[in-house]
Amino acid sequence: MDLNFTAAEESFRAEARAWLEANVPHNLPSGDTREGFDLHVLWEKKLYDARWSAVSWPTEFGGRGASLWEWLIFEEEYYRAGGPQRVTQNGIFLLAPTIFEFGTEEQKATFLPRMAAADDLWCQGWSEPDAGSDLAGIKSRATRDDAAGGWILNGQKTWTTRGAFCNWVFGLFRTDPDAARHSGMTYMMVPLDAPGVTVRGVERLDGDEGFAEVFLDDVFVSDDLVLGGVNEGWGVAMATTSSERGLTLRSPGRFCAAADRLVDLWKRQSQVGTSDPSLRDAVAQSWMEAEAYRLATLADVSGLVEGKSTGARSSLTKIFWSELDVHLNETAVRLLGPAGELIEGSPDAVDDGAWMKAFEFSLSGPIYAGTNEIQRNVVAERVLGLPRK
Amino acid sequence: MRFAFTDDQLLFRDTVGELFAKECPPEAVRWSWNDDNGRNPELWATLAEMGVTGLTVPESHGGMGMNEVDLLPILTEAGRYAFPGPIVETIAVAAPLLAESAPAAIAERWLPGIADGSVIATVALAGQPFVTDAHIADVLLAQRDDRIFAVPAENLRLTPQTSVDGARRLFVAEWDEADAELIASGDEGLRCADRAFNRGAAATAAVLIGLSEQMIAMTVAYVGERKQFGVPIGSFQAVKHHLADAELKVSFSRPTVWNAAYSIAHEAPDADRDVSMAKCFASDAAEVASRKALQCHGAIGYTTEHDLHFWLKRSWALAAAWGDAAWHRRRVAHLLLDQG
Repeated sequence: MDLNFTAAEESFRAEARAWLEANVPHNLPSGDTREGFDLHVLWEKKLYDARWSAVSWPTEFGGRGASLWEWLIFEEEYYRAGGPQRVTQNGIFLLAPTIFEFGTEEQKATFLPRMAAADDLWCQGWSEPDAGSDLAGIKSRATRDDAAGGWILNGQKTWTTRGAFCNWVFGLFRTDPDAARHSGMTYMMVPLDAPGVTVRGVERLDGDEGFAEVFLDDVFVSDDLVLGGVNEGWGVAMATTSSERGLTLRSPGRFCAAADRLVDLWKRQSQVGTSDPSLRDAVAQSWMEAEAYRLATLADVSGLVEGKSTGARSSLTKIFWSELDVHLNETAVRLLGPAGELIEGSPDAVDDGAWMKAFEFSLSGPIYAGTNEIQRNVVAERVLGLPRK
Repeated sequence: MRFAFTDDQLLFRDTVGELFAKECPPEAVRWSWNDDNGRNPELWATLAEMGVTGLTVPESHGGMGMNEVDLLPILTEAGRYAFPGPIVETIAVAAPLLAESAPAAIAERWLPGIADGSVIATVALAGQPFVTDAHIADVLLAQRDDRIFAVPAENLRLTPQTSVDGARRLFVAEWDEADAELIASGDEGLRCADRAFNRGAAATAAVLIGLSEQMIAMTVAYVGERKQFGVPIGSFQAVKHHLADAELKVSFSRPTVWNAAYSIAHEAPDADRDVSMAKCFASDAAEVASRKALQCHGAIGYTTEHDLHFWLKRSWALAAAWGDAAWHRRRVAHLLLDQG
């Protein structure tokens, strides 16, 4: 057991820290609004120009070939420096691992560099009006068009985060309507500016137009936009959802930085008199949960670099980070007392209402990327081995 | 960076685990409940032969000179088998305390015996009114204010207490300073007590992980077999979620316990915080695991005929021993919030 990084890793950290401290923008409006999204894209391009947008990718695709440890270090430094949300996240952290695993060389060369450069902005198309937790219940269908060399899509996707601002969506479509539930689906990448696509923004709980419904009416998708095999989409999608549940979606750096800000908030609030002594415990508990997540990640990565997969344990990870995020932000809002309800723009809002905003966002964590109820089923059945039926 | 055990550490753990599986099955724990003395000297002698009792004793005193990280997987195995014996007190706390702080003569008097299994040591730091295993101990390491003493067993006056865990043996121990050997005093005495407390808390957290893992394993096996409404009760979502909650707690406590052991071994500046975090999480996890285990066993778990209660009651005792979750959470709060 050795909890020290190497000299090379520490110098990677120093380089990242210096660049981020000099360049991280502060007080950007939410990236889940039109105006904020455009500003976030500019930041993504700046990250890309300095080759920090996708550090773990090979250099030929726009990364810097960083190791998993270096990636974790970068994430720590990114959030420590107060770096903004990553609007490229669905592409870089969720679609890209799937392209690396299942994509053709041509698909890699076409999509990865544009993704790293924030020239293409990706959203996810999983949920449908009648298929949420029951993802295999999707109905959007793709009909073969041999003459044109592709597929005709019809159907509707929903809860598509930043769908109103992105130019590509990836997701599952039913290519064989007669196949069993988990078969007959194909993973496709769809340009949102294609004829027949209609996108309607939906205002979220936190007031941002972060959601979208995507309607597909006879949308043509050529064969080179199919990722993995036809009718093999379920397996390809599972690779993406395990990235989402696990490491690549929510690195510990983000929660550790939030926990440090919570400690700072406690110190500031205790100056003005915090009446509830149980809040001390709640602050300590939240800080410890973030630290426990960091330590669990170090253990997971130690296994990954030696070729051990985390497998279904990624469901435990998803439950843990999503619940710790709620506890942490709930504690912060409680600390603020009467000012807790004040939101962005209100004159007396502490930290311009950022804590209520973060609290609202944290409440989505136990729902998205597979609800925590589904994750608990996965833990029980696939980690502990309880009977499915 | 490598936050994992070595192959050698895991091999040693497996060897000790096999010994416990053979020599410390649930029947042995039940025997311990019902026997006056409740301790198996032959098993302790075997542990000594394998090098377990001398694991933390310096090589110069006949031990293996290993550290808290090496010991941790063994402690978790001891928890898994609900091993009744002073493994935390003698091996995790007393041996390093003597090795680090005792004058040469005192160290030489007790350490070789700990390594060869002939000496059992137990501990009473400030705030610990009940001494475990004093009836079989040869020496008590005890704190009085800023002074740490070694008190030979013949100078102890013992009043037995009765724990809810019938395999535990608790005593109030009285003794006179005139009959004790001084190990350390003043700032050095307090430092020594702090180190010992951290070691005891972290080691107990490691035992709690093993207890919790075993309670989950027993429950998984039970709910897979027990049928109601014509199906195994483990197929019901309510039961699945109970067990997933327990697994979640234990999974995210485990690395905090590893980290605590590492911080003690490397004298990390944040060792107090790391230890308290580990004991807080491990105590909470054991509480959740024990409640979920009992609930999922139903009425059979609420009997003393079933083995589950050995683990439940050990968990309750150890969750509170060496500082409970609330105490350690407050210590973390103090360290985080009251400085700077």
